[in-house]
Amino acid sequence: MSSDVIKDVRSLLESHGKPKKEVYLDSENSGLIFPEALEALIEAYKNIGYGHPSITHKIGWESYEILYESSNILANFLNCNPEEIVYTHNGTEANNLAILGLAESYKEKKKIIVSSIEHLSVIFPAEHLQKYGYKVIKIPVDKEGFVNKDFIDKNIDKDTLLVSIAAINHEIGTIQDLKAIIDIVKDKNPETFIHTDACDALGKIKIDLKKLNVDLASFSSHKVYGPKGAGALYVKEGIKLEPIIYGQLSTQKLWPSLENIPSIFGFSKAIKILYSNFEFYNSKMINLRDMLIKNIIERIEYVLLNGPKNNKRSPDNINLSFLYCEGEALTVELSLNGIYVSSGSACTSRVLEPSHVLLAIGRKYEEAHGSLLMKVTPFHNEEDIKYVIEKMPEVVSRIRSISPIKPGGEKNV
Amino acid sequence: MSSRIPLPYNPKVLELFKNPKNLGKMEDADASAVAGSIACGDMIAIYLKIDKNTQKIIKASFESYGCAANIAASSIMTEIIKDKTLEEAWQISWKRISDELGGLPAVKYHCGILAVGALRRAIRAYFKDKPKPKWLPEELTQDEKHALEEEKLIEILSRKIERIKENY
Repeated sequence: MSSDVIKDVRSLLESHGKPKKEVYLDSENSGLIFPEALEALIEAYKNIGYGHPSITHKIGWESYEILYESSNILANFLNCNPEEIVYTHNGTEANNLAILGLAESYKEKKKIIVSSIEHLSVIFPAEHLQKYGYKVIKIPVDKEGFVNKDFIDKNIDKDTLLVSIAAINHEIGTIQDLKAIIDIVKDKNPETFIHTDACDALGKIKIDLKKLNVDLASFSSHKVYGPKGAGALYVKEGIKLEPIIYGQLSTQKLWPSLENIPSIFGFSKAIKILYSNFEFYNSKMINLRDMLIKNIIERIEYVLLNGPKNNKRSPDNINLSFLYCEGEALTVELSLNGIYVSSGSACTSRVLEPSHVLLAIGRKYEEAHGSLLMKVTPFHNEEDIKYVIEKMPEVVSRIRSISPIKPGGEKNV
Repeated sequence: MSSRIPLPYNPKVLELFKNPKNLGKMEDADASAVAGSIACGDMIAIYLKIDKNTQKIIKASFESYGCAANIAASSIMTEIIKDKTLEEAWQISWKRISDELGGLPAVKYHCGILAVGALRRAIRAYFKDKPKPKWLPEELTQDEKHALEEEKLIEILSRKIERIKENY
């Protein structure tokens, strides 16, 4: 980065200033971690996990012990064997390994079915395979983001390699009826594999991998308030994936390179904390979520909730469309007020495509452009949410006042 | 979510986002125009007050539905064109607007293009019922075409999505 850029960023931050109160609601993209997970990370870096887990000396064996201990923790909460867990460095890598690794291994079947609202780290690897003669079918969803089960049933055939559906949608929080979907798929073709991107589901709903009878499942540390740099793919015993990256092997064949032991240790710590306080954190987040949704819709006109309500919705997810507002302008104005969120607006991409998830549930372009995604976490309290509720009307009103299109009226010119 | 830009904005953009100049509808405008649409995710309205004798822009104002760069681009343009003749204003390029904002990131060039597109539409509108000056080209300029393309592209995309939905 040139020194000019650094100077500009500094001056941008100076111009922004430090708001008196700050509420960070962007854990979808990255965020704070449990202090205990950070302590675990530091402990591993300092004392017990800085070595390479597949080298034959004491420090290496200590790292190996931590790795295995972490796998045991994950396996225990998810109901699988520790050997069924492959570590990657994030959820994107886990999703890529699931789809591309499976295609590399079972070459005879050339049809992949994914939901139309999957994370791009599922959609893009699937679409990449189209170059090699694969047929990719996207499952339509209803207005709340639930996949069309009849469509799945109709489209499974003997050539179907894989069905991939996220347990909880990352943008609109839809909790799919995964068990029913898996039953439909396995009923139609027991040899079709099922992958679920469970990055957003981990810690939000109880996941029993054995009971679900799912073949592959992706997880991400940062989505459970653990350190960045750790992800995992559950690969059911007996399923043979091929690696998709090549290099020096470590403890596992499927993801060559040195495992990020400190982050993995922090990841397992975060899961432990979440599961030990499962009901407490979830009911806390549900309260904060519903408080925010209810008050914003009551206080501000022309606001739409994207995704389902109540127990069909992820405990942390708030996704609202503010009509007559452009989302990126909202994120900047909110930032000036110390509230940090993201938007499904297309304003930042030249391809003019807003969030594919919002379009798939039937939102119009302008409704998607005005959307904000907010996620509450175990770290938030009512004071934080009250602050957002207090600030939001003035923020929305300022952005609407700049626009030539006014609520309820025709455009000015 | 897609609210990501490769680089943070230049501080100038944030300053103008916080304190835009010449914001608001002009009730007694001599010419006005809109470029873009809310479906595109950005839309700019430009209003001009013009001295009939000198053809100078006495006052310019804007409204914007769009991101921070869009608001900043419209704002800076209204400052640049003030006291310019319509002929001089016609010559202003999106690059000039980008430069004045400390260089827009590539994904934000279209904000400058849209601002120029709206301005040129407003100038054409002014001459709609007047003798056209020699400097005003008959054909649409590149920047005007770009603004049009953006509006058309979104129509095509919307229609495509409708078709996909019908097929389900």
